[in-house]
Amino acid sequence: MHIGFFLREALRSMRRNPIPSFAAMASVLVTVLVLGVFIPVVQATTGAANDVRGRVLVDVFMKNDATAADNARVKNLLENDTAHVKRVEFVSKAKAYEQERKRNPEAYSLLGSNPLPDTYRITPDDAANAGKLRDALAPKTATGGRTVIDPAIDEVKNQKNETTKIVTATRVIKLTMALLALLLILASILLISNTIRLSMFSRRREVEVMKLVGATDWFIRWPFMIEGVFLGALGGVVAIALLAIGKLVFVDPLSRDFALISAPETMSFAPLVVLLLAASVAVSAAGSGLSLRRFLRV
Amino acid sequence: MPRISTLSARQSGEGVIEFRHVSKVYEGGDVGLDDASFQIVRGDFVFLVGSTGSGKSTLMKLLIKEIDPTSGAVVVAGKDLAAMDRKRVPLYRRNIGVVFQDFKLLPNRTVYDNVAYALQVTGGSRREIREKVPDVLRLTGLATKLHNYPDQLSGGEQQRVSVARAFVNHPPLLLADEPTGNLDPETSIGIMQLLHRINKAGTTVVVATHDSHMVDRMQRRVLELQGGRLIRDEVSGSYRQVDQNTAEFEALLRSDDGMPIPRRAPTQRSEQELFDDAFRDDDG
Repeated sequence: MHIGFFLREALRSMRRNPIPSFAAMASVLVTVLVLGVFIPVVQATTGAANDVRGRVLVDVFMKNDATAADNARVKNLLENDTAHVKRVEFVSKAKAYEQERKRNPEAYSLLGSNPLPDTYRITPDDAANAGKLRDALAPKTATGGRTVIDPAIDEVKNQKNETTKIVTATRVIKLTMALLALLLILASILLISNTIRLSMFSRRREVEVMKLVGATDWFIRWPFMIEGVFLGALGGVVAIALLAIGKLVFVDPLSRDFALISAPETMSFAPLVVLLLAASVAVSAAGSGLSLRRFLRV
Repeated sequence: MPRISTLSARQSGEGVIEFRHVSKVYEGGDVGLDDASFQIVRGDFVFLVGSTGSGKSTLMKLLIKEIDPTSGAVVVAGKDLAAMDRKRVPLYRRNIGVVFQDFKLLPNRTVYDNVAYALQVTGGSRREIREKVPDVLRLTGLATKLHNYPDQLSGGEQQRVSVARAFVNHPPLLLADEPTGNLDPETSIGIMQLLHRINKAGTTVVVATHDSHMVDRMQRRVLELQGGRLIRDEVSGSYRQVDQNTAEFEALLRSDDGMPIPRRAPTQRSEQELFDDAFRDDDG
C-alpha cells in the first residue's frame, strides 16, 4: 500500500538531483561493465592455465639408434619401476613425424629425413610431480649436468617452465582484476552514498516533519533506499544491455575461431547477468545504507 | 509567594504529564533544565513562560523524547519516557501534536497535502485521509485554501495549517513552541482561539510563549522557568509575577507599548536579583 508513496518520493528526489543521480548510475554502470568483461576473461584464462597444468608431460626421448629391445626395456622400467607415473604413451619416430609435419608442413618437407626420435610421453600422477619424475629418470650429476638411468635414453624433458609462466600470468591478471573491481565497487558505493546524502539534504524538511508526526524509522528510510537501489539497478541494467550487445556483435563471431573465448569453463551469459544485477543492487544498497547510517539520525 | 503552593493541590489529580526532578545538562555543560518537578493533568491548558534560554525548548524536546533527561524522570500517561524502547518513539509521537514558531510546512505541497502528509507517513489509509483532512481544515478555518501553497498564505494561515497538521490525528496532547512568535497580535488571537477550541475538545495543550498579553488575558495556568529552574506555577497566572523586583518593574514602566520585554539571562542579573533568588525558598 505504501509502495506507491515510497516510489513517488524516490522519483521526486531523483528529479531534484539529476546530476549526482546520473553520476552514481554511471559509476555503477562502469563497475558492472568491467565486472561483466573480466569475470569471463579471468575464468577463461584460469581455465586455460588449468588445462596446461593438466597437460604437463614428461618426454623421454630415446637415442636415435635405440633398438626395439631397448624400447621394450625402457617401457617396462617406466611402467613398473618408476614412481609418480600415471600413464605412458609410446610415440614412434614415424608417428611423431606425422604429428609434427601436420603442424608445420613446410619445415618438414624441407628436412626430407625424419630427425625425430622414438618418444615415451609420460603423464605424471600430478602436474607438481613432473620435476621429481624427471629427476628420477635423469638424476642430476655433481657437475650440474644430467645422466640418464638407462643408456638407451637420450634425454628427459618436461614443460615445467612454460607451466609456471602461465600460472604466474593468470595469477597476476586475477589479482589486477580483483583490485580494479574492488576499487570500482568502492567508488560506486561512495558515489551512491553521496547521492543519497544529497537527497537527504534536499528532503530534510520532509524528514523533520516525518519524525515530528511519528513516522517510523523505516518509513523514513525506504524512499532513500529505493532511490539508491533504483539508480544502481538502472546502471546495472544499462551495463548488461551493453554487454549483451558486445557479446552478440564481437564475441560470438570471434568465439568460432578462438577456443579461449568459448572455453567450457566460462560462465554462460544468463547466470552472469543475474550475478551482475545482484552485484549492482548490492553495491547500491550498501551505498544507501552507508548514508542512512551516518546521516539520518532517526 | 504563592509559587509552588498550587502544586500540592494538583498532586492528587491524574497527571498526563509528570516531571520528577528532571535535570538536563547538555554536552559542554549548558544547563537546559535544573531539577524541575511539576504535573499537568488531562485537559489542562498550560502556558510555559520564561526568557530565551530558560529551558522552555528543552522541556518541549524532553516531552517528544528528542532528548533524554540527565537525571530525573519524565512520565507521560503513566509511562517513563526513559524506559521507552527507541522503536516505540514514533508511535508515542503520534499521540502528540507539535506546532512551531516557524510552521515547518513543506513548501512544495499544497495545504491539503501538507496536512495529509502527516497521515500518509504514519500509515493512514486513503479513506482515512479523505475523511480527516477536510474535517480538520474546516476546524482551523482553512476550508477555502485547500489548494494553495504555503507561500501563498499569510503567516496566520500558515500557522493554522501547522496546527491542523498537528491536530489531524486528534492527539491527546498538543505542544506549541512560540506559536505566535512570528505573528501580529490580531492574528495571534486567532491562533490562541484555535488552541483554546482544541483544548475545549479535551486535548491537553502546552504553549511556550513570550506573548505576555495573551498570557495575561487568558488567565490560565502558568509555569515560569528561569535558567532551567521552575520558579513559578500558578493556576491562573499572568505573564509576570505580581510582586516584581525593582528592575523588572522599571522595565515594565519603560515599555510603553506593553510588548514583552527582553528578559536578561541569569548571568547578567543584578546583585539585588541574585539576593532575591537566594532567599526565595525561605520567604514562601
